[in-house]
Amino acid sequence: MTAQSIIMALTGGALIGLASVLLLLVLGRIAGISSIMSGLLSGLLSVQFDTAFRWRLAFLIGLPLGAFCVTALGWTEWAHMRMQVGFAGTIVSGLLVGFGTALGTGCTSGHGICGLARFSLRSLVATVIFMAGAGVSVFILRHLIGGA
Amino acid sequence: MIALIALLIGIVFGAGLTLADMVNPQRVTDFFDVLGTWDPTLAFVMGGALIIAVPGFTLVLRRSAPICATAFHLPVLDQIDRRLMLGSLIFGLGWGIGGFCPGPAIAALVSGMIEPLAFTLSMMVGLYLARRLVLGSA
Repeated sequence: MTAQSIIMALTGGALIGLASVLLLLVLGRIAGISSIMSGLLSGLLSVQFDTAFRWRLAFLIGLPLGAFCVTALGWTEWAHMRMQVGFAGTIVSGLLVGFGTALGTGCTSGHGICGLARFSLRSLVATVIFMAGAGVSVFILRHLIGGA
Repeated sequence: MIALIALLIGIVFGAGLTLADMVNPQRVTDFFDVLGTWDPTLAFVMGGALIIAVPGFTLVLRRSAPICATAFHLPVLDQIDRRLMLGSLIFGLGWGIGGFCPGPAIAALVSGMIEPLAFTLSMMVGLYLARRLVLGSA
């Protein structure tokens, strides 16, 4: 990786951290994407589009809008995006991520950033385990099955 | 007003994910491929986020309340139980398959590709199934 990509990674990370701090400071909420999605799902299922539903929907809509802004400024290009699995694999991956984050009450943002920033032991354990799990999948797919 | 603030914060979050190239699944799977084409980007992203979030959270949580709400909504669970560990393992296995975790997949919807959309919808199905079958709520 180049010096430029290290700076982009650190800057992007800092923006993620900043957004997490701002959400806590202003709304008192944890910026955990899977939990925010879960709350959104609760609103959809109970057909209650109250404030709790609206801030979650607005935040989630902000994610692709932020991506759009970076694209419009010419700081990223989507042509280099490389999918790792086909359509069926994508569905399996999404089901596991949704199921696992609901059971484990969090994902990379909730446990890996906000949880660690609060010095939560639960989040540290979760982060170590999901990192290890991802390593296992990549190892199996690339080195055992893929033979790369 | 609350929704507008949440939208703006979401834009900052999504811009960060995109700038850091976390929307590209290969960046993520390469991080976990220590024995192959290892790419440390994810570590720099998490490092960059924690450099801001650790002092930021510490300062914010000294306040008695957030600016636009009456109280902080912090996680109440503190037990390290089998559910936490099993859930995190399942999440990690899924993450390693596709290279998408929830935030980047939603941000990548703007790419117009079919995979981020398929991932986001199936993730919502997975969330629903866990709540319905295991957690006992709808």
